[in-house]
Parts: sequence; structure tokens; C-alpha cells
Amino acid sequence: MLKKLLVANRGEIAVRIIRAARDLGIATVAVHSDADATALHVQIADEAVNIGPPAAKKSYLNTEAILKAAEATGADSIHPGYGFLAENAAFSDAVAAKGLTFVGPSGDAIRMMGDKVTARSAAAAAGVPVVPGSAGRVDGIEAARQILIDTGFPVMIKAAAGGGGRGIRIANSLAEFEQAFPQAEAEALAAFGDGGLYMEKVIARARHIEVQVLGDGRDAVHCFERECSLQRRRQKVWEEAPSRALSDRVREELCASAVALARAVGYSGAGTVEYLYDDAADRFYFIEMNTRIQVEHPVTEAITGIDLVAEMLRIAGGEPLRFRQSDLRVKGHAIEVRLNAEDPARDFAPFPGTVGDLRIPGGPGVRFDSMLYPGYQVPPFYDSLLAKLIVHAETREAAITRLVRALDELDIGGMKTTKPLFLALARDADVQAGAVHTRWLEGWLETHSGALAPDPQP
Amino acid sequence: MAQILSPLPGTFYRASSPDKPPYKADGDAVAVGDVIGLIEVMKSFHEVRSDVAGANVRFVADNEEPVMAGALLAELD
Repeated sequence: MLKKLLVANRGEIAVRIIRAARDLGIATVAVHSDADATALHVQIADEAVNIGPPAAKKSYLNTEAILKAAEATGADSIHPGYGFLAENAAFSDAVAAKGLTFVGPSGDAIRMMGDKVTARSAAAAAGVPVVPGSAGRVDGIEAARQILIDTGFPVMIKAAAGGGGRGIRIANSLAEFEQAFPQAEAEALAAFGDGGLYMEKVIARARHIEVQVLGDGRDAVHCFERECSLQRRRQKVWEEAPSRALSDRVREELCASAVALARAVGYSGAGTVEYLYDDAADRFYFIEMNTRIQVEHPVTEAITGIDLVAEMLRIAGGEPLRFRQSDLRVKGHAIEVRLNAEDPARDFAPFPGTVGDLRIPGGPGVRFDSMLYPGYQVPPFYDSLLAKLIVHAETREAAITRLVRALDELDIGGMKTTKPLFLALARDADVQAGAVHTRWLEGWLETHSGALAPDPQP
Repeated sequence: MAQILSPLPGTFYRASSPDKPPYKADGDAVAVGDVIGLIEVMKSFHEVRSDVAGANVRFVADNEEPVMAGALLAELD
């Protein structure tokens, strides 16, 4: 068992991890920047170490400062949370090289899943369906024409050296393709100094479905799926478990494929295999595997009764998996919404401010994961997530009703938050019917911005 | 003497990206509406436009410096 855990993160996830560690009797060390000296995770940990200035690259991304803090406090393990260094293979390696336990997979596993080409190959080798396309770089236009047989149209042509949406072209027909491919090659060469291209079938309308897995390096189980189709600018805002869109047969196939991948790579810790699910075609496709705990993990905890962060700590401490697949069952339906410090009435402008009065919802089936307290000054240097509200009920309909009830109870004084967005979504007929896809919310926002004015203050 | 203040709390940047030259070099003239830097707030970037005009800009805030709303970024003659 781990004895003393350093939490290399901040905000609600640092609070979440410290709680899990303390529940298991593990001593905790918080680290913080100058901007977070009075943060909740610092207050509730057994010890705290200042690791540098507000800028994340000088503090929460500063491997040297974090390892020094671990050494100074005698921590035997480091949990990276999500974001920051969570999927940094070199960090995992550096922690291990110091003789400490990294709560997560090995640097090699992170590297394999962090690279699009090796992740795709690993998935395909484990029998997981991947988006039809090139297995790696396309070797010239002749080879590209062969790949079109698998992808059909529309097809996406991506610069291998691109990223963040740059260097992408879409061709809707063979004529467009013949024109676009050489152009894309020339552009990639000019923009990135590398003319390498990938191709991928465009999945026009799909849901984002992901499977939670837990592995101990020898065996792996899944904890069912989450649906996170409601996204704005590729950021998830509302997540559910289970997905209403899947038949039992598809759920079984999807979850089994995630376990097959986790087993094939000897996965250790908590991970998430992400898929696109095309309802119309009833097909699912691997997108990527995230080798960390995810923001939306609590909906899985709600429906399975498993404390995923505690299981990560047990596995890192050397315990084998405590469940067989047949032990795990879905109970009810859970929804999480992300309360961000953003003003939905002003195109989600960031709103760093000071929390006044705070009224936190409670009662049956309600969980509130947050670092907020009255008087907390939200620093402008990090992401805008303030809190996650998670509701759990017997059915999806009852969960939505409970979500509205809990949102009505919630009052984060002095702040603009995304609460009005979720009240409006909970009352929307498409959301109530679960008739959504990954681009649904952006379309909805174009016509419903008027519905997002803040609630009148009581 | 005129002053340019930060409209937002966050991190101040003098250039649009690390490999680009600064929007304004020390000593440049500034017109109303000129972009003089960026403020990063919660991972989103906002242009800082001057609402005053003047000559010989002198930056008081450093590149990548954390600033509060209303902090002095630069002075003009």
C-alpha cells in the first residue's frame, strides 16, 4: 500500500484525489503555485509545498520542482490527476527513475497511446474497429486512391505534422480528391516542412462514447460506458452513464473491445477508450485511449458504486484488481455537468472572480465535486472548471429532473457560471430524448443564446 | 503622459506567439485601437487594444507576467 502520496495537480481533481487517499489512510502532500497558496487542496492535505510562480509551466508543469517536493516530504508516490503532466511519458519515467510510484501507466504505455499512429495500430491489432483510413502516412496519390475504397466520401486529408485542426482538408468526391490531395501535400510541405499526409473517413454525425477500464498490468475489466456528445469547441460540458443510444449487443461489443485493448497492452491503472458511435450505421470506431483519470469519472462511479480514484491508488500500491467483470453491474443513470467560470450570455467569456455566498446542492443522488469555498478567489491562470455537479437516479428521466432540482439549489454568489446553460439544456426536447450528436450543441447555441441569460437573483 | 491598463486579470504577452516579434517595441508610437499585447485568461486569449494614442511606448509589465485587472501595462508620452 502507498504510504504518502503527492498530488501533482490543483483544483477540484486535487481535492478529489486527496479525499480518496485519506479515505484509504494514505498521507497526502499538496503542491501549489504562488496563485494557489490558499486553495482548498492546500487546506485539506496533510502537507503542502510551494512549487513556483503562477504560470503553469513554472509550477504544475515543472517536473524538477515536483520531484524535489516529493523528496523533501518523503512521498513514495505521485498522482498526476488530469491535464498538466498526466499524459507526459517523460514525467512517468522520471517519477519511476526516482524510485517513486507513478499512479498511472508506465511511460511506454503513455507513449504508445499518445501517438496517433501507434495507438491506432495497437487498437487494430487488438481487434478494435478503427476509423477507416490510412494506417499511417500515405505513400503518394496512387496509394491514396486505394485507401478511398475503404473510406468512401467525404474523406479527410490531414497533414501528418499538423495538429489542433490545422492542415485538414475534406474531399466530397473523387474529383475534389484529385485536386485536394496534391494541394494538401504542397501546403503541408510549405507550412510544416513535411509533406506527409494521413487519410480518414469523415464520420459526419456521431456520438462520443467512451469506455472506462481498470487494469492491474495482468488483467483488465471495464466499468461500462459514458456518453459525452454534448460538447462546445471539442470540450465536453455534459456527460452521462450509461449511454441511452446503445443496444445491449453494441454495449457488450464496445466494452469488450476496450477490455481487449487494455489487456493487449498490459494496461495498469484507470484508462478510457474513446469511440465515435454512428447511430445511423450502428457502427463504432476507436478514436484514442486516454491514460489518466478523466474529468467525468464520477458518472461511472455513480452507476457502478466503484471509487475509481481509490482503485487507482490500490493498483499503484501493488494490489490486484478487486473485481471480476461479472461483479460489475449498471445501477440507474447518472449525469454530470461542468460548472465553468464562464458567462454563457457573453459567448462563454471567462469570468475569474471572487466567490461570495455559496449554496451547495445536496440530498439523495446528488454529488458536488469542487474546490470552491466562500471568499475563494478564482485565479485567471488555469482552466475555468469550478465544480462538477453529478446526479444519480433510477432512470435518465428522473436524473434530468434531479439535475434541475440540484441546479436550482446551487448558488455560486459573485460569479458568472455555465449553470444557465444546463438549466436550458435540461428543458430541451432533444436533450430529454437523448437525440444529440457531437456537433448538436454548437448548432443549438446559435439559436438559443437568448435562453442563456442568468437567472434573476433571488 | 498616458497609461494603458490591463482590462482583465491574467497573463500578459507582448507577442501573438513566442516566435513572433512583439506587437509594439519599446519606443514605438501607439494609435487608438492598436493591439499592444494579449491577456491569457483561463486558457483563452484576449487582445489588449489601446484606448489612448501617444508616442514612445514604454512597457511596465514584462512578457508572460501575471497581472491583475487595472494593472499598468505600458506608458506613453
